[in-house]
Amino acid sequence: MKKIVVFLFLAAIGMSGFAQQSDIPSVTIKTIKGQNFNTSDISNDGKPIILSFWALWCKPCQKELDAFNEHYETWQQETGVKIYAVSIDDSRSTSRVLPLVNGKGWEFEILMDVNGDFKRAMNVNMIPHTFLIDGNGKIVSQHTSYFDGAELELYEKVKKIAGIK
Amino acid sequence: MKQLYFLVFVLVLSSFNVFGQGISDQSRINGSFQIDGQFYRPDDAIGITDSVIAGRKVGLNGFGNITYTLGSFTAGLRYEAYLSPISGFDPAQEGNGFPFMYVAYNSELISVTAGNFYEQFGNGLILRSYEEWTLGYDNALSGIKVVYRPYKGISLKGIYGSQRYYWEKFERNSRGIVRGLDAEIDLNETVNSLSGSNLRVIVGASAVSKYQRDGDPLYHLPENVGAFAGRINLGAGKFNFMTEYAHKINDPSAMNNFIYKNGHAMLSSLSYSQKGLGVVLQLKRVDNMSFKSDRGVSGNVLDIGFVPPINRTHSYSLTARYPYATQPNGEMGFQLQVNYKIPKGSLLGGKYGTGIAVNFSQVNDIERNPANDTTPVYKSGTMGYKSDFIKVSDHVFFRDFNIELDKKLSNSWKAVFQYMNQYFDIETLQGKTNYEPIKAHIALADVTWRMSSMRSLRMELQGMWTQQDKGNWTAAMVEFAISPRWFFAIADQYNFGNEKISLGNEKIIKPNHYYTGSFGYTREATRLAFTFGRQAEGVICVGGVCRQVPASSGLSISLTTNF
Repeated sequence: MKKIVVFLFLAAIGMSGFAQQSDIPSVTIKTIKGQNFNTSDISNDGKPIILSFWALWCKPCQKELDAFNEHYETWQQETGVKIYAVSIDDSRSTSRVLPLVNGKGWEFEILMDVNGDFKRAMNVNMIPHTFLIDGNGKIVSQHTSYFDGAELELYEKVKKIAGIK
Repeated sequence: MKQLYFLVFVLVLSSFNVFGQGISDQSRINGSFQIDGQFYRPDDAIGITDSVIAGRKVGLNGFGNITYTLGSFTAGLRYEAYLSPISGFDPAQEGNGFPFMYVAYNSELISVTAGNFYEQFGNGLILRSYEEWTLGYDNALSGIKVVYRPYKGISLKGIYGSQRYYWEKFERNSRGIVRGLDAEIDLNETVNSLSGSNLRVIVGASAVSKYQRDGDPLYHLPENVGAFAGRINLGAGKFNFMTEYAHKINDPSAMNNFIYKNGHAMLSSLSYSQKGLGVVLQLKRVDNMSFKSDRGVSGNVLDIGFVPPINRTHSYSLTARYPYATQPNGEMGFQLQVNYKIPKGSLLGGKYGTGIAVNFSQVNDIERNPANDTTPVYKSGTMGYKSDFIKVSDHVFFRDFNIELDKKLSNSWKAVFQYMNQYFDIETLQGKTNYEPIKAHIALADVTWRMSSMRSLRMELQGMWTQQDKGNWTAAMVEFAISPRWFFAIADQYNFGNEKISLGNEKIIKPNHYYTGSFGYTREATRLAFTFGRQAEGVICVGGVCRQVPASSGLSISLTTNF
């Protein structure tokens, strides 16, 4: 078995395509409406993207997203940044995600990673885990955990890659 | 053989260079790493003596993950080591090696994975393989997975394989083989005339079968057990409706005392939401639905299906002290949750608005009647019992009413307040005997003071009042953070009011403090945290699976990073 895997591993290297790699892997997850969504479609017309992994049971995650939401309008006007909030809630709580998102008035793109496939592909071990991605799909920085004020440091980085002082 | 691989590797690399296409341009390597360590010390006051530690002074759980991507190809490996497992993990975890490796090809039309993989059909009722590191749970499949998308909006999946069972290698007849098919159609995408419709419809169906040889000397057991599920997801404007129904043919096992009854599970939810308001109602019925790839095992292993608990998952230590876990042999429950944001500027909303969340859930046993006049309920080798689909037993397993307020008081003060009223049948849910069901009131406040733009102080105060189990608890915590990198926290949980409670056969317990001090440093995705002190006995639950954690005392270290 191990030998076969090693062989196929090498075969994979041999038969590769030539597409430019973005740092966002291609994994099929769901939108909040239950439709299939390929994560390689995460994009923002060459402007910065914030990708944040969260769950209903994670208090600091919700504090972070609340903090983003408070500034989101200003941030979008200044830099065009787009926020994707990826819920890793499983089927025990997926149907509570949309009511919570609306109840909190969050304006982000919400994605549902119900079996952790995207989480694993992005090497997320703990949440909250937030990525800052530039217009070319490259991960510029990432951070795990949230404490008050972290959104300010993140936004400084967003402004930098958007070319705003 | 190794030389041959190396030769192929070199040839492949050089062929790329001939075309002037360095593979470094198209390829990506990434991964992650985590190590959780605990150093134990005896602590007589909370019952940890040298004989409890039994020489295992150190527990270390660690893993390393590496993924290689090149165009449409991916290959990955995960190494794990539990030497020895930290306290509360199953002793069968002890070991090290590569339990997870795979290669995969991924295109818009087809994806193929060979090796180890995770998968879920619908809500997972008849198939869910996943891992949860914090619980030591991993039922990864080893085999082949194919996902085929022949037409827009249509997705077909096929899987077969054997499941991971700690470090035990799969051998002929050592445990079952799992096979499954799933189809899902998003009608709004597939049918052109529906593409602009306000009604969104997604339907799905799946079938899973397990094969396990019948070696039983007494019973004639089904060697192939089939399970079938159908689901629909409807969305119309602000409303959303989802339901899934699963049926499993007779599957006598150690979990159901070897009865020949069919099983089923139903999960439904209806929600309404608009900006500032969300309402969701969920219903569930489960009857004889344990589905494992070895009929002889019990406990959190070799599950093929996953029946989710639907009550709220709590985030604070005392509200999460008695967590619900699904009873696969039978339960009926519902949940209602309302989230509302009182607008800014209103009388109750104040300057910044106020968030309110109200949640109620209850789970009862199902009613069981004898299958016929002469057979007692649950007698092995019989149909077991009869159960009316809509009848609920009087036996309450769990009830939870909670209300939470989320309030920004000023630019520098924020607070969360919560009250919870809980009923918890500890005999059923934690398998203890001679315990009264727990009736508890819990209240908490979580206040954050933002001292400056990057410095904050967070204070948590919680109380639990109950006459049962271990009696009352209070918990206090102060955490100072220099965002985004540093945190320092001290906490104490005090267990009191338990002097008169007699716990089953155990001795009467004394009041006790469970104090901890911790600090951590996070930079990018690297986090290092230390905790020193006492851990109270309890249950850790993530995603519906729970693990008992014994009391412990000592130093914990956790390091995580990725690249």
